[in-house]
Amino acid sequence: MQQSPSNHRPLLLRLTLLTVLMFGFGFLLVPLYDVFCQITGLNGKVLNTGPVTEVGVDTERRIRVQFIAVNNEAMPWQFAPVERELTVYPGEMKHTAYRVTNPSVRFMVGQAVPSVAPSEAAEYLHKVNCFCFENQPLQAGETKDMPLLFTVDAALPEHISTITLSYTLFDITPKAQPAATRLPKDSRRML
Amino acid sequence: MASVDQTMSDGHHGPARGITRWLYTTNHKDIGTLYLLFSLLMFFIGGCMALTIRAELFQPGLQMVMPEFFNQMTTMHGLIMVFGAVMPAFVGLANWMIPIMVGAPDMALPRMNNWSFWILPFAFTMMLSTLLMEGGGPNFGWTFYAPLSTTYAPPSVTFFIFAVHMMGISSIMGAINVIATILNMRAPGMKLMQMPLFVWTWLITAFLLIAVMPVLAGVVTMMLMDIHFGTSFFDAAGGGDPVLFQHVFWFFGHPEVYIMILPAFGVVSEIIPTFARKRLFGYASMVYATASIAFLSFIVWAHHMFTVGMPLAGELFFMFTTMLIAVPTGVKVFNWIATMFRGSMTFETPMLFALAFVVLFTIGGFSGLMLSIAPADFQYHDTYFVVAHFHYVLVPGSVFSIMAAAYYWLPKWTGHMYNESMGKLHFWLSFIGVNITFFPMHFLGLAGMPRRIPDYALQFADFNMVATVGAFIFGFSQLLFVYNVVCCIRSGKQATDEVWEGSRGLEWQLSSPPPYHSYSTPPTAEQLSKASH
Repeated sequence: MQQSPSNHRPLLLRLTLLTVLMFGFGFLLVPLYDVFCQITGLNGKVLNTGPVTEVGVDTERRIRVQFIAVNNEAMPWQFAPVERELTVYPGEMKHTAYRVTNPSVRFMVGQAVPSVAPSEAAEYLHKVNCFCFENQPLQAGETKDMPLLFTVDAALPEHISTITLSYTLFDITPKAQPAATRLPKDSRRML
Repeated sequence: MASVDQTMSDGHHGPARGITRWLYTTNHKDIGTLYLLFSLLMFFIGGCMALTIRAELFQPGLQMVMPEFFNQMTTMHGLIMVFGAVMPAFVGLANWMIPIMVGAPDMALPRMNNWSFWILPFAFTMMLSTLLMEGGGPNFGWTFYAPLSTTYAPPSVTFFIFAVHMMGISSIMGAINVIATILNMRAPGMKLMQMPLFVWTWLITAFLLIAVMPVLAGVVTMMLMDIHFGTSFFDAAGGGDPVLFQHVFWFFGHPEVYIMILPAFGVVSEIIPTFARKRLFGYASMVYATASIAFLSFIVWAHHMFTVGMPLAGELFFMFTTMLIAVPTGVKVFNWIATMFRGSMTFETPMLFALAFVVLFTIGGFSGLMLSIAPADFQYHDTYFVVAHFHYVLVPGSVFSIMAAAYYWLPKWTGHMYNESMGKLHFWLSFIGVNITFFPMHFLGLAGMPRRIPDYALQFADFNMVATVGAFIFGFSQLLFVYNVVCCIRSGKQATDEVWEGSRGLEWQLSSPPPYHSYSTPPTAEQLSKASH
């Protein structure tokens, strides 16, 4: 089985192809990860957005919905929920808001990224209208109430009685500056 | 010995002279030697870093180094030992032994072989040079989790990324070479299931390397793009996710730890039969167990990240698949024990290292089983228990097997016997040193001492002091090994061709040292049957 170098070629081609494919697979893991999280609702990554048909309100159960606000590092805005906690019936449409103030002396743009805990509840929390859908421009010193309209699905599993909705606010001024309207297309995935 | 005198005709009379012999060489033995010497150098550099860490941890409080430098030491120690010491050592062993063991004249792609070695010194020079740069070297742990390695990384991180790219290229080329050699260049009549187990484990390791090193290249490329080109793979502000980093990294990382242990299994499976003077028990089951471990390594990665907030189903899946690995590993351990059962054993240095491997690797395996239990892992995660676990499988696991292999084949490589008493002294100092160093770390971890910290609470002081003493015993006793190797090369007594009484395999039918070009004509059927396992 002593072979001249040319006879290695088919095997080499296959092994090189495998190497290239695995390099590609590494990058394929990125969308796969997002798809996986969205299908299963893991990591609180769910795009339950837009209009929801209101099915009957289940007055038998009461769900506590807690609101948390977190600033990403280097984000100077004051950011807090108007109501820290709401008690809702499943199926009921609720309106609340987060209040932001831009204490800095310059125009800034923020973007909030939501996360739901427990992650199992993520797919049952429908955000009908959320400030997190778009970026938030604020003039220096401006204060604004950012609206949130949501409903908890009546199909929420029995054992969940408390849902925590957390928003992390990011400073996206540098990215938004050239054209604030361009951002929705730019960001890889809108939340 | 038909193979002894094969250097006539065709103008190949032996190695060239001077430095160009080593720069231009395409000879598998020369390149194997280069790999082994390089990994020995890296072993000492990484070892000095380990001793810096242990010296700082001798007492609570900050005595020797600043926390920033401490972090660089833990990071570089891990990177150097994994990519610079253990992996090149096994590639060196593969280069030296695989062509001889399968009766091939050389590796399949000798020029590429030269290239894959000579990339390494450049890669590691670049990586080590980051320690002298402004902002210091990598300080984010060898697992380089984002955003520590992206948003908060020192400016030198780009050099780290390119160094990882280079060593990845080197490993992939090495792996392709190994596969081509094993599949295409075996002696006529040698079937796959007749190959020595070291060759088998390396074939499987090479496939693991080809499967996961590109993923590592991918993940560092994503980091590079996040840092310099404004993408947001791992940056939540741009819609990315830092947890994604951990998934992609450990998809590489878990097979990587088997890349570092499967060839060790092969080495031990060669040594134990020799010194037990029996054939390896359960050859076929060894091959299938190795393949099963390799397969399982792809579906267990998230057990490194039980605490990131996975759902229950995920925790259970990764917990059970991880526990499943204990089955093929157990098969191997029992096969080694069965090989020794009623054998006429002698305890030369390679055998001592191999036996210590079996015992201590099994201890590391058991602490691994403890860590695989997801609810328990919530307590153990990121504590010294994890440090104890992976050092038990890597130091008395991989490193001991490399030492065993070095003593086992050193007489074949050099043609001289090493000093047996010095070898035994080296073994016992290493064995005692390793256990004094790493065993107390189990207790520290269970008591809650976190890893990667330069200072710690007072109640951990005693065990840390013990561990540091052990580390210095272990570290300095490695100098004995170097001295022994130098003496062996220069002035050992002449070794016989068989070297060991119970040795089988094609390598023992060559002279000691083997001719520069061996098996230019393939071994005969008679030689093969004599060597068969």
